Amino acid sequence: MQDFEPKIIAFCCFYCAYSAADLAGSLRLQYPANIRVIEMPCSGKTDVRVLLEAFEDGADGVYVLGCMEGDCHFLKGNFRAKRRVHQAKKILDEIGIGGERLEMYNLSAAMGPRFAEIAREFTERIRKLGPSPLNKKYASANSTKAGEQE
Amino acid sequence: MIIAEGKPLVEVAGLIQEARKVLVVGCGGCVTVCLAGGEKETGILAAALRLLRQKEGNPLETVEVTLTRQCDPEYVDMLEKYVTDDVDAIVSLACGVGVQFLAERYNKWVVPALNTKFAGGTVEHGVWEERCGLCGECILYKTGGICPIIRCSKSILNGPCGGSQNGKCEVNPETPCAWQLIYDRMQALGKLDLLMEIQPPKDWSKSRDGGPRKVVREDVRLA
Amino acid sequence: MKTESKLEKLLSQGHFVVSGEIGPPKHANPEGIKKHTALLKDYVDAMNLTDNQTAIVRLSSIAAGVHVLQAGGEPIIQMTVRDRNRIALQSDLLGAYSLGMRNVLCLSGDHQSFGNHPTAKNVHDVDSLQLIKIVKDLRDQKKFACGEELKGNEPRFFIGAAANPFADPFEFRVLRLEKKINAGADFIQTQCIFDMERFERFMAMVRERGLHKKAHIIAGVMPLKSAKAARYMQQSVAGMIVPDEIVNRMEKAADPKAEGVAICVEQIKHLKTIEGVAGVHIMAVMWEEIIPTIVQEAGLYPRPDAG
Repeated sequence: MQDFEPKIIAFCCFYCAYSAADLAGSLRLQYPANIRVIEMPCSGKTDVRVLLEAFEDGADGVYVLGCMEGDCHFLKGNFRAKRRVHQAKKILDEIGIGGERLEMYNLSAAMGPRFAEIAREFTERIRKLGPSPLNKKYASANSTKAGEQE
Repeated sequence: MIIAEGKPLVEVAGLIQEARKVLVVGCGGCVTVCLAGGEKETGILAAALRLLRQKEGNPLETVEVTLTRQCDPEYVDMLEKYVTDDVDAIVSLACGVGVQFLAERYNKWVVPALNTKFAGGTVEHGVWEERCGLCGECILYKTGGICPIIRCSKSILNGPCGGSQNGKCEVNPETPCAWQLIYDRMQALGKLDLLMEIQPPKDWSKSRDGGPRKVVREDVRLA
Repeated sequence: MKTESKLEKLLSQGHFVVSGEIGPPKHANPEGIKKHTALLKDYVDAMNLTDNQTAIVRLSSIAAGVHVLQAGGEPIIQMTVRDRNRIALQSDLLGAYSLGMRNVLCLSGDHQSFGNHPTAKNVHDVDSLQLIKIVKDLRDQKKFACGEELKGNEPRFFIGAAANPFADPFEFRVLRLEKKINAGADFIQTQCIFDMERFERFMAMVRERGLHKKAHIIAGVMPLKSAKAARYMQQSVAGMIVPDEIVNRMEKAADPKAEGVAICVEQIKHLKTIEGVAGVHIMAVMWEEIIPTIVQEAGLYPRPDAG
């Protein structure tokens, strides 16, 4: 398990996390290379199906980054994201993958360091949890699939 | 509209345990509006089923199709090209009507993914309430537009019963007493005297109690 | 006299009647019913047999009524519309009458979600008011609910109905009582009265509409056994109002049972003074043996002879 490098998908709102990621880069902050960032126009675009499919396609962990509560560019997108993440967590629990492999965080565009910190925190969480149950059984199949994406 | 609610994922998965390939069929009618069985929910269910089966080491193939309505043969026919020999089961996200229409039309194992709840409406986004008991003989003109058949826990026609307190039903403190609502409305409309009329026993033969019902309109039949 | 009911006779003679209540057992042994009947028959004029009270399966009220009758009591069978449709209700009315029952109390029935079979289907084919009318039409028109004529003996029941002055909407309670009387109710038994002030207001409205002259109104009372019971009635029973004053009295009492009896006796004495109250109905749930004491202390013993 020591050399387990989790695959983590971070769905990032364009207005906060995506810029925060840029800022983290400009500040030369180190954060784990396990994170694959996907830009969204708003965290309100979060779709339960897409979150689930991320796991299906080999993710060990997934998180959604939205603006601070009350600061959504589209007013309520981040609140909607929060509820959908909650629903997807329940489904993951039911399936037995575990809702703790999915999380929602809030930050602002100015929080470059926080972006790096979340990446470290979450990577550490997934590292402790180990590979997704899906990846344990189908390590070879999924690694091929994941390799194709890279 | 018909209000439905998804069955627990594990229950649905249990219904298709033997299948390797399933059609997951959504419905663009009522269940899309009540967010239980539209295209979006179909996608989520299919993904969740695949994940669950993948975890069990028994991968499942899903094909998602959302029909305009499952309660209409015209649209049910459009599923035909997806109902191939290798499809082991059809999971329907329609109300009980849709499930049956698919089962009648296709020689496949059809299972429901939803529990069909009631005829109701949206009171706020994400909240639906029952309004009609589908009794077959509307009496809303007698009760100020509030249905005692379905909104009173005892379907009392000469209410309210002795369990009405502070405007709530004895069965559930969250549920408004339909007869309190009726009383308030009739009072506001100045029609309280109508409530003094003794309502006779209802003719339930017009309801489900008369056996399965059918409506035929000769003027619009094609054949 | 419309019927052979002893209760009707006593009421029409102007006696202040006393009725009691026996809850049939949750098993098939009738000894408890017989024992309670023997205990109560000299102290009450009639005894209600509850019909699967709070939707808990019990020995049927009609069968219990037969045991009461055999033990020398006057049964009032309760009949709810929760579990039977109009076919079963009428069939049971014929059967009950053939077995000697002469009084029936028509009720909606507690919802099955309160009982021990919460997943049961309820019936509610007719409501309590419609049942009253059915019993009356069987008696006075010799007609079934469908309009068909009875070809033989008709069941001649003294028809009872319930009234709850403590449910809402308060103003409509009297009107609904009137509806029940118009439908055919001969006597009325009320929900347990703890809030005397509200009951007096109710009775004032009853007198205003002259309802006490059209039907006999029997006021319900319940002796409290403990402060806990008082609080339970206050907080958890729908359609019941228990003033704090009564709960406080029960809490402060050195002997809560004696205090419960004392309160009940005071209530009965007061009810006797209210114009239009034709009797009291003592609901001593699971405490039937206290009824003789209450009747004696309330000065209602001995009971009149119906002759």
